[in-house]
Amino acid sequence: MKYIDEFRDGALARQIAARISAEADPLHSYRFMEFCGGHTHAISRYGVLDLLPPNLRMIHGPGCPVCVLPIGRLDMAIDLALRQPITLCTYGDTLRVPASEGASLLKAKARGADIRMVYSAADALELARQQPEREVVFFAIGFETTTPPTALVLDQAERTGLRNFSVMCNHVLTPPAIRAILDGAHADEGATAEIEGFVGPAHVSIVIGSEPYARFARDYRKPVVIAGFEPLDVLQAILMLVRQVNQGRAEVENEFTRAVTPTGNLRAQALMEQVFELRPSFEWRGLGSLAHSALQIRPRYSAYDAEQRYGLQYRSVADNKACECGAILRGVKEPRECKIFGTVCTPENPIGSCMVSSEGACAAHYTYGRFRDIPIVAAVPTQADEVPA
Amino acid sequence: MLVERLSDDQGLIDLGGIRKSVSLALVPEAVVGDYVIVHVGHAIGLLDPEEAQHTLAIFAELERSADNTDAAVARGRLVPAP
Repeated sequence: MKYIDEFRDGALARQIAARISAEADPLHSYRFMEFCGGHTHAISRYGVLDLLPPNLRMIHGPGCPVCVLPIGRLDMAIDLALRQPITLCTYGDTLRVPASEGASLLKAKARGADIRMVYSAADALELARQQPEREVVFFAIGFETTTPPTALVLDQAERTGLRNFSVMCNHVLTPPAIRAILDGAHADEGATAEIEGFVGPAHVSIVIGSEPYARFARDYRKPVVIAGFEPLDVLQAILMLVRQVNQGRAEVENEFTRAVTPTGNLRAQALMEQVFELRPSFEWRGLGSLAHSALQIRPRYSAYDAEQRYGLQYRSVADNKACECGAILRGVKEPRECKIFGTVCTPENPIGSCMVSSEGACAAHYTYGRFRDIPIVAAVPTQADEVPA
Repeated sequence: MLVERLSDDQGLIDLGGIRKSVSLALVPEAVVGDYVIVHVGHAIGLLDPEEAQHTLAIFAELERSADNTDAAVARGRLVPAP
């Protein structure tokens, strides 16, 4: 496909990787975080790690929507879907995220709750239009990429006076999460303090632009390079980060200029501003409760706010004790350091949220990287192996 | 690539031969022939072909400047797993 294949060229990737190896100081240990789950997936899927020098480490960030969704918010949705005669719609990945006591939206569906997978918020709105006798709730998750589509359906529902539609809003914001990771450095015994720079999100930045990252370069002296989701984009961004570190610079640079501008998509931002306001506090899986890190529906649209319509209350629930998702989401631990990784916790039976979505650090490592942890020993051919011609 | 505008805020896109209807409400300026970036059924931005060429030119520059020693350093695969 045009503008995709060119950015996956293997020979060019090796050239960029060679440049990274040539320019990286062998005496320095580079540690960069790719914030976004889309980059985590690309790095794992295309074997980007195998192309990087051993003294350069990529740390997976929390930019995976289902990974950061806390158990308590899922419990609210499951409870609502089981108790009320409603249809709950949500994105596919959300269905399998573990909630309290081994529950999930998928298991609630098996128990008889009317839960549907939708591809887009617009599909949930359409379902409400088609079945006016039944209430439809859209369980909305995601960062600034999925938020404008949710704003659109709320705006359309209000303008058309659709009465049987509401949204349970779980939308979260990227810049507060980056700040939490940088501020949390002290709490984790300095582990995250070693992050030297960020590969900035691709699609989130299309919406919010490159300007919101300026404060991380200015106040925290951390370089940020916004990158597209293809392997050459990620490699080029890593090269740009290595150059910034080597030259002692901390700037926001944009590798993804074909889609990201300094100001972003103003129409999408205006819609979000119209429909949503900052939530005083939101609990993130792994990062804890962060002030002003998420969105809630403005009072003008309260008739379409499922939390108000059904009087839903949030209750915080601790993660499974054996699960290391929290530390992995903060970039403190790697999937293979979790005791239940790949044994008890697998993509088929996820215990932690990072094993659910293909963007999750654990699922990406399980699918594409876990065999790298096993040393390869060449088999010595014996006479018995030799097949007569 | 946007191949047809279906209504005020819907458009038909071609994804390597597969045609799909997406919302254009967030990029009302999109016209037929534009490359759009789609997220959960919505075009969220337009792709700038000039900037794409510019980025590819940076890669090509790198290719020209790289010598054989550099290439030997890089090992690994870049094939999407199935």
